[in-house]
Amino acid sequence: MYFVFISLIIEIIFSGGLFLNKNKILLFLANRFVRFIILLIFVIVLSFILIDMSPIDPIKTYIANKVVSPDQVAALQSYWGVNEPITVKIVNWLGNIVQGNLGNSLIFRAPVIDVILDRFVASLVLMFSSWVISGVLGFVLGIIAGFKRDTFVDKLIKYYCYILQSAPTFWIALIVLMIFSIYLGWFPSGLGVPIGSLSQNVTFFEWLNRLILPAFTLSILGVAQIALYTRDKLIGEMSKDYFLFAKARGETGWSLIKRHGIRNVLLPAITLQFLSFSELFGGAVLVEQVFTYPGIGQAAVSAGLRSDVPLLLGIVIFSAIFVFVGNTLADVIYNFVDPRLREGD
Amino acid sequence: MSENLLDVYNVSISFIQYVKGLNQKNLKVISDLSLSIDEGEIVAVLGSSGSGKSLLAHAILGILPDNALLNGEMYYKGELLNPESKERLRGDDIALIPQSVNFLDPLMKISEQVIGECDSEEEEKELKAKQRKIFEKYNLGEEVDDMYPFQLSGGMARRVLVSTALLSNPKLVIADEPTPGLDEAALEETLNYLRDMANNNVGILLITHDINAALKVADKIAIFYAGYVIEIANIDDFKNNGENLLHPYTKALYHALPDVDFKLTEGHQPLRDEINDYCPYLDHCPHCVDKCDSEIPKLVKHGDKYIRCFKYTE
Repeated sequence: MYFVFISLIIEIIFSGGLFLNKNKILLFLANRFVRFIILLIFVIVLSFILIDMSPIDPIKTYIANKVVSPDQVAALQSYWGVNEPITVKIVNWLGNIVQGNLGNSLIFRAPVIDVILDRFVASLVLMFSSWVISGVLGFVLGIIAGFKRDTFVDKLIKYYCYILQSAPTFWIALIVLMIFSIYLGWFPSGLGVPIGSLSQNVTFFEWLNRLILPAFTLSILGVAQIALYTRDKLIGEMSKDYFLFAKARGETGWSLIKRHGIRNVLLPAITLQFLSFSELFGGAVLVEQVFTYPGIGQAAVSAGLRSDVPLLLGIVIFSAIFVFVGNTLADVIYNFVDPRLREGD
Repeated sequence: MSENLLDVYNVSISFIQYVKGLNQKNLKVISDLSLSIDEGEIVAVLGSSGSGKSLLAHAILGILPDNALLNGEMYYKGELLNPESKERLRGDDIALIPQSVNFLDPLMKISEQVIGECDSEEEEKELKAKQRKIFEKYNLGEEVDDMYPFQLSGGMARRVLVSTALLSNPKLVIADEPTPGLDEAALEETLNYLRDMANNNVGILLITHDINAALKVADKIAIFYAGYVIEIANIDDFKNNGENLLHPYTKALYHALPDVDFKLTEGHQPLRDEINDYCPYLDHCPHCVDKCDSEIPKLVKHGDKYIRCFKYTE
């Protein structure tokens, strides 16, 4: 089965067209990049305005619970420019971003960019592994359900997907946590490293041990959408004329699915999987929170709850980039890998 | 029962439809169809577009949709066609030439899908060589092998579809509307392919709404009217002012041809499920007898032909 996937992907991608259209792809990406810059400016300005209108007071966060005099507060306010008009604030901040300066995180007491990079790497491992697992597993389940349509297996897969699709992420995460780390005790209940050890001393297996549960939770959640989509798509393809003709030519059963079904469902499914980057990020925020996994999602929640404005805005920018990359990859696949669209114009 | 290449006896196809909630309704598409095809013979089933003729092809191949209901019996070389034998025969002994390029997998290269499924590499090589030979015969260059269906021109697609039928040396070929949208030259070409196959002793069932195509190539023509075959005529009957044609509808059809009389008959075909217990041609028939409006006539042998009309039953 995996062999079929891989050979199909390779066949479709390397059948010549992708590399012939290098210039077209570059042009396409340049176009995308311009759009992205515009999008990013909007995201930045909008989120800045929202934060500015909110009752969050960065000074209060900064001084935390220390006792300070009103004079000191006023000095801090003028030093940070809290009372300047919003236009000035936005221009200042945009100017800093262009220079690569996202400011300092108030809760981590470190440059925002360092915090985000550190956290993003941890999250990427989590998100990427669950993205791959949920994609492959979801596709396989979807193909099986579509192939065995209306049988017991199909119903089982369908109900599994409906339940996951309608259950809240944090609830599933809590249940997984309860079963696997509390009752069964197979995995630690959270944190990125064992308590009391320095992050640089952690062994690979200790780290992996803590990754498995959150990754597992994100995976089983991601399966639902892709499996239901693949099932539906396969059933649609199975009623098309070319399927009928393949049957008329003596092809039957599983080989029919293998030769024609997977071939025609694979590309749309991969495209969908790339489009799901935003949900992946949203899921990671909740799952990381439940498992106290030190990723970008958890940082986002802390930044929000503890009024760390620079970090929050930084994360907004990075998550916009992340989702945008996913959507662009989906577009590239859709427009350049499918031979019909690739050579059609 | 005589034994031909294909014998079809009293085949009816209907669909179960839900109307107004849970009330089931049987939508009849083909009623009481009988015909036979001999080796090297081309039999055309001629009927208007959208009248369900293609379902006959699907019924013979066993690829009807699940909600279709099939009655009647079909024999291939005297062997009863049931789901198992159909599955064994289709693609080998019985081949389909489909209507359009939509019947090719849009993401599979032409040569790969013409060859079809192979069990071993030797088999693949052998079939590949054979496919090349057939393509050459039909003037399809090597570059076509690696094309995708959307890259084919209409004529190329036509030839590719015909090639698919030849790869397995079938004894019976079902050509489902192979001619619509073709110009005169391409039409001629396609019909020549069929004639060619028939000359090699292949029996051909040509399903079409194109009377000119049918007249050019067929040996027998089964006229399909409102879901019923009302006459199976020999090709020669469509000459000499049609005086050997039996059914009034066939006669009217013949006289409506532009190069015969161009004489049109008013009215339209009734919907097939409007007919329950009377002759389907009742409304337009110039010489009805008493029982025409109370009974459906049976398809009966008349000389070497078949006719569904009470005028010929006595």
